[in-house]
Amino acid sequence: MRKIMMAAGLAALVAGPAQADPPFDPKDPKMAPYVAGDKRSGYTFAEPETRAMQDDDFTNPGFLWVEDGKKMWTKVEGKAGKACKDCHGDAEKSMKGVGTVYPRFDPHANMLLTLEQKINQCRTERMGAEPLKFDSKPYNAIATYVKHQSRGMPIAVQTDGPAAPYFDMGRRLYYERRGMSDIACKHCHEDLWGMHMRSELLSQGMPNGFPQYRLKWQTLGSAQKRIRGCFEEVRAEPYAVDSLENTVIELYATWRANGLRVESPAVRK
Amino acid sequence: MLKPISWGAVTVALAMTWAAQSQALPKKPPERGYYDVSRMAPLTDQKGDPANGRKIAAGKGLCLSCHVMPIPEEADHGDVGPDLAGVGSRLQPPELRMRVVDPKVLNPDTPMPSFFKKDLNRVTPSLKGQTFLTAQEVEDLVAYLSTLK
Repeated sequence: MRKIMMAAGLAALVAGPAQADPPFDPKDPKMAPYVAGDKRSGYTFAEPETRAMQDDDFTNPGFLWVEDGKKMWTKVEGKAGKACKDCHGDAEKSMKGVGTVYPRFDPHANMLLTLEQKINQCRTERMGAEPLKFDSKPYNAIATYVKHQSRGMPIAVQTDGPAAPYFDMGRRLYYERRGMSDIACKHCHEDLWGMHMRSELLSQGMPNGFPQYRLKWQTLGSAQKRIRGCFEEVRAEPYAVDSLENTVIELYATWRANGLRVESPAVRK
Repeated sequence: MLKPISWGAVTVALAMTWAAQSQALPKKPPERGYYDVSRMAPLTDQKGDPANGRKIAAGKGLCLSCHVMPIPEEADHGDVGPDLAGVGSRLQPPELRMRVVDPKVLNPDTPMPSFFKKDLNRVTPSLKGQTFLTAQEVEDLVAYLSTLK
C-alpha cells in the first residue's frame, strides 16, 4: 500500500498536470467584462500574453480585418451600383447591436441565417453582387467590421418563436456523440471545462469573440470554421459550411453565451 | 392411396426449405464478443503484452489525454479521468477490458471513447468501419493496466 502511495506521489510530482493555468479570479474587476454569472468568455481561459494582444487595438491582429471591412462598407459593388453605406448609412450607428442577435431567424429568407449568410443575402438580393466566398479575406473582413460595432454589448440570440425548432436541433447535435473519440460538444464544454486534456485547458466554448484571430490558424476565422475544426479534433466528419447542421450548432453555442459581451475581433490561442 | 405421395411431397418440400435456409445462413460465424454483453471476455487468444500496452497508453490509445499514469517520461498528463496509478489492484482484467472496450456499458454519459466499437456515429471517412484500437492492442493495454499495482 505504501509502495502504491509513494508511486502515486512520485507520478503526481513528475508527470502530473504540470502547467499552471492562466490566472483567473472571478472577483477581479478587470475580469468583470468577460464574465456573466457562471458563464466565462474564452478570454478568461487565455494566457495573459494572448489577453494583452486582444486588449490593445494596435496589437490585435483582428483589426486588419476591421479596417478592411470599413473600406468595403463604402465600396460600390454589384449591378445595383450600391455600397452597404447607401442603404445602411453610418455603420457605427446602424450596425450597433446587430452582431448580438445572429444566428437569427430571417423572416425574408424564411430560415435561420448566420451574420455572414445575412451579409451574402444582402449582396446577392439588394446589391446584385456575387456572394463572398467562405473564409475569404473580404468574407471575414465585412463580418468582423459589422460584428465589431456591437463590441461590449451582451449576446442576445433568440431561441423561441420561429427559432425554436432550429434551437432544438442545435441542442440535439450539441449532445450527440460523434467521431472516433465518440464524444459530444457538451462533454468538453459543459461537463469538463476547467479540466485538462494533456496541456489543453478546456474552456466553456463560448463563441462571443467570433470572428476571431486564432494564433493556431495564424489568421482570423468564423464560428462556422471553428466548429468544423472541433469535429476534426474528435476525428468526426464535419458538416458542410453553412449547412443546416453547422448553423444550428452555432445557434446553440451562441445561445450558451447569451449575456457575455461581444469581443469581436477576439484573440485566442 | 394418397399417403405415400403426400409424404414424398412433404419430404421434398422440407428438403427444399432446408436447402434454402442453409443458403441464407451467414457463412461466417458472428464476431468474437458478439454475444458478450459485458465486454469482459478476451478479444484474442494471444496473451496481452504489457510492454506494448504501455506504448499504446502513451501513444495511439491517447490515454494520457485524460488520465494521469505512471509514465513519467511524458509531460502534461490530462486530469479529466481518474488517476490510473494502482488501477490494477482495484480492478480485475475483465473489469479493465470492459472499461476499455465500451465504458458506456457502465456509464452511458462518460466522455471516454469506446476503444473497440465499430458502429460509431459520423466517423471521419478515412477511419470508417475501424475501431479505435485493434483487438490485440486492447489485450496488450489491459495486460499493462493490470500491472499497475
